[in-house]
Amino acid sequence: MPITDQEIKELSAVARQLRKDIIDITYWAGGAHIGGAMSMAEMLVLLYYKYLNVDPKKPDWEERDRMVLSKGHGGVGYAPLLARKGYFEFDQLKEFNKFKSPFGMHLDGLKVKGVDVSTGSLGHGLPIAAGLALGARLQKKNWRTYCILGDGECNEGTNWEAAMTINHYKLTNLLTFVDRNKLMIDGTTEQIMGLEPFADKWKAFGFIVKEVNGHDFKELSAAIDFALSQNKAPVVIISHTIKGKGVDFMENEVKWHYGGLDTDSRDKAKQSVDRMYG
Amino acid sequence: MSEGLTWNVYDANTMTQADIYGEVLCQLGERDPKIVGLSADLAKSTKIGKFADKFPERFFNVGIAEQNLFGVAAGLAKAGLLPFVSTMAVFTTLRAAEQVRTDICYQNLSVKIIATHAGTSFGAAGTTHHCTEDLAVMRALANMTVIAPADGIETANAVKACVNYPGPVYIRIGRGFEPRCYENEDYGFEIGKSVLMHPGTDITLICCGVTVLQALEAAKYLKQNDGLSVRVLNMHTIKPLDAEAVLAAVRETRRIITFEDHNIQGGLGSAVADVIAASGKGCAFEKVGIPDCFCIVGYPEDLYSHYQFDTDGIIRKVKEVMGKDFEEDEDWEDEV
Repeated sequence: MPITDQEIKELSAVARQLRKDIIDITYWAGGAHIGGAMSMAEMLVLLYYKYLNVDPKKPDWEERDRMVLSKGHGGVGYAPLLARKGYFEFDQLKEFNKFKSPFGMHLDGLKVKGVDVSTGSLGHGLPIAAGLALGARLQKKNWRTYCILGDGECNEGTNWEAAMTINHYKLTNLLTFVDRNKLMIDGTTEQIMGLEPFADKWKAFGFIVKEVNGHDFKELSAAIDFALSQNKAPVVIISHTIKGKGVDFMENEVKWHYGGLDTDSRDKAKQSVDRMYG
Repeated sequence: MSEGLTWNVYDANTMTQADIYGEVLCQLGERDPKIVGLSADLAKSTKIGKFADKFPERFFNVGIAEQNLFGVAAGLAKAGLLPFVSTMAVFTTLRAAEQVRTDICYQNLSVKIIATHAGTSFGAAGTTHHCTEDLAVMRALANMTVIAPADGIETANAVKACVNYPGPVYIRIGRGFEPRCYENEDYGFEIGKSVLMHPGTDITLICCGVTVLQALEAAKYLKQNDGLSVRVLNMHTIKPLDAEAVLAAVRETRRIITFEDHNIQGGLGSAVADVIAASGKGCAFEKVGIPDCFCIVGYPEDLYSHYQFDTDGIIRKVKEVMGKDFEEDEDWEDEV
């Protein structure tokens, strides 16, 4: 169903809160992968607040849709989203990264409710997502699998091994996203290990490619609606984003892959987010 | 133990461990629809292809992509299925080591890995296809259970036992035919519990895999010809190790030699050494296997002989260790 203006308004409010939550956790934790958490905010919010068939009160419900956050360092963005959805108390996130905390930077599915797959090592999510999708199909289950990859992560050959598998088995019950924020730890993706022509690579592997502005709920939603409405071929949504989106001094800055905030920079970051939403 | 399965022991005279594994998996697959099979273009070689022929819709060949193989298996387990995965041991435990660790062991998933061509069993293929490191690698993974069956019959037992055993299980088997050491399946196989193959009080040989039969033959020979009382333990489970049996061997025989088709670093010998060292008790001890080198090329039986874990080599090693002075006195100079 096409997204409505009212939905966009509500989702924007959720994303605004998520960005502030990410800033707070980064401040509490002493450091976090804030840049890539900000870039995927709209994807996560849209999936969890419009599309995913999940029930936070029954995190192990067998019929739920599955999410694989392959860019597991985005945990600082994923954890507050799960908390706000009601999987656990938000205040627990004050312990993010701390001694004996269930919340490490890369979330552990055995410790954090709502996390279907433990990720963190890059290039692992898509093969697992393929296995989930195969498993659902074999058991004639209607639940879907969603996987969010980082773009730098696509240097890992395992993604392309999985892409072959997904196409070979025509796993249209799996929807893949790439958070194309164009930055990695050591520089831009094109400086470090060029990905372009990126869409052509996915097309060559048999995927239908949708390229969207990853901060635009309308474009994202239309791409997802398309993917869910067809079963000819697997779909990848290349979501063009800005790393650090919402915090002016972080946006498109390589160094903000990971960083910490003091009270001053925390407040400035939140003010910047407020300006983003006007 | 047999739980209504109809395995014919006579086939173990002619079938390889892998052949038997394939047959047993087919039987298990008939009873449990949750069992699925996976391989990476080695369905034929590993014999999981028998399962694939019988249950084509429940078998997934991911092509020559072992890292993807174990990731997909993790996903299938997450979806509520019971994956059996087979490729060669070297590609399982080294090429895909991180997937086995992070995707399967870290999430404590019930994925059963039956790795073939382990040790030097594919000896003629050369180092790229040998695997003399798998026990060391798998043993270091939390949540992993590690099994090296002695023959085809024990392979059948191990494969059956792992179905209801919690968490990930790694079972390493060979490539070709190995003579059997068991008459039938009913000898009380239990994961984590060693099997006394031959009683003895002078020395204990702790073995796994192909060395079990060789040690058993050596013990019989030494009893008959040298009057030596040689205990032989089949330590089919390397992890969790049967520490009780090791400690009993320390206490009762005071001499232990381990034999394994694996590098002497990190495998069965090291696992046994951990137990001995922690016990604080004195014990003459040696490890026999591949002496921290890449194995030379050759047929398995020639390699077992070259590295001295065939029957003749084991006999020589036992005599050597028996000939050394080992006492409980305070004089360290004359100790082994």
